[in-house]
Amino acid sequence: MADALPAVLSGAALFILVVTAIALWRVLRSGIAAERMMAVQLLGTGGAAVLLLIGAATAAAAASDVALLLTLFAAFSCVAFALGSDGEGGDRASPEDRP
Amino acid sequence: MSMGLLADIATIVLVSAGALLFLAGALGLLRFPDSLSRLHAISKADNLGLGLIVLGLMPQAGSIAGGLKLVCVWLLAQLSAATASQLLARALQRDRTRP
Amino acid sequence: MMALLDLSLAALLLLLALGVVAERQERGAIIAFLAFGLMLGLAWLRLAAPDVALTEIAIGGGVTGILLLRAEAALRGRGKTEEPLRRTGRLAVAVACAMISAGLGYAVLRFATPAPTLAPAAAEALPATELGNPVTAVLLAYRALDTLLEKVVVLLALIGVWSLAPDGLWGGAPVVKPAAVPAPLAWLARVLPPFGVVIGIYMFWVGADAPGGTFQAGTVLAAMWLLVTMAGLYPAPDTGARLPRLLLAGGPVLFLGIAFLGFVFAEGFLAYPEGLAKPLIVAIEAALTLSVAAALALLVAGPARKAPAR
Repeated sequence: MADALPAVLSGAALFILVVTAIALWRVLRSGIAAERMMAVQLLGTGGAAVLLLIGAATAAAAASDVALLLTLFAAFSCVAFALGSDGEGGDRASPEDRP
Repeated sequence: MSMGLLADIATIVLVSAGALLFLAGALGLLRFPDSLSRLHAISKADNLGLGLIVLGLMPQAGSIAGGLKLVCVWLLAQLSAATASQLLARALQRDRTRP
Repeated sequence: MMALLDLSLAALLLLLALGVVAERQERGAIIAFLAFGLMLGLAWLRLAAPDVALTEIAIGGGVTGILLLRAEAALRGRGKTEEPLRRTGRLAVAVACAMISAGLGYAVLRFATPAPTLAPAAAEALPATELGNPVTAVLLAYRALDTLLEKVVVLLALIGVWSLAPDGLWGGAPVVKPAAVPAPLAWLARVLPPFGVVIGIYMFWVGADAPGGTFQAGTVLAAMWLLVTMAGLYPAPDTGARLPRLLLAGGPVLFLGIAFLGFVFAEGFLAYPEGLAKPLIVAIEAALTLSVAAALALLVAGPARKAPAR
């Protein structure tokens, strides 16, 4: 049983990776930009799950640190996108700057 | 039945349930009719799935600090996914009213 | 099972990379690139390089993404004046890219087995640095000159960005806050930074003995600062103000100072006196973390868009 656990965990990691990849394919083909951005959200949760499972299966201690950063930056990018899609982002150049 | 075996069985059950929720999220993404319900599908199902996986991996965490870090990953995912979905939903809404 | 996982990961990365190139719309390509960066982090972990995985996710999935998204938002609706590439031009680019790919593939296939490695030498000298993470030892002891120059390059890039400001606005503040701040963002900007700052400090602190370090920590801190500024909770500082400039210069200056003191107290430039290596490295890392954080945050914030106060 103790030997079977890593195999089960890596199997679950593979399963979630494939499922996330299918969802990713669907979302990235969408014509709506905000729907595409769901890809990053998907990778935030799905990627974190895969990382934690790999970490437990291969005893890679740093995996949870990587998962921590993954969730943090996935959310951060979604925020950046939501602001950018405003079309009136703060970075708009002032009129005198235009060529 | 030893404690270790019991813990391993708990891990396998919870991780499998988590993996199934990721599948459910992906199916929702593929099958649901509009963007908002698709967003709903991934943000709810995937986060619950991640929670179950974190819960399932807890008995395998080598130390208390390791277990706490797992919980932190999930908490962070909750916090950021909730806000990121709100922001993405707003972006979707705006794209719809102002194409 | 792990082999299958690795193969799927590699296949997915290839597909995503193709997706980035094939995408015609800028915003779609940026999003695919972000997804690619996050996925690449998984691959680096499988390659037993967690330090690179952390950096890839922080830079490739985080800061580069917001930089590109902001650039795209600023350019959108301005009317593109440049002509699209002609067919011959496109062909030339395709051929050049294909040749680079072929060259890289050839180089990888020609790797000697076993690959030449300095890893045993690096591990052997590790006790002398008192560090536990060989990557940090390479970055701050064995190849410290590279790290020093790298940080200077980041500063030069920032000077390049700043110099895009019109003369009248030199030294003024960049504009990071959007016209309207959605309520969920304002909430996140209050709740997330405490977590983020703890994670940043943790990344810096474990860096000496475990994967992590200045760049990862600095990127997390920069992201948190950007979040607070984007939500308008705190204004972006004047680029001419003293505190940001001190933060920016502090890391490299301390690094250089300790490097020159090596002539007096150790064997030469960038050498650490025996027994003091670890405290000195941690001090340099602390100052560099703040410098990297300030530099990355201000790079994303962009050139001055407001006249300086005074």
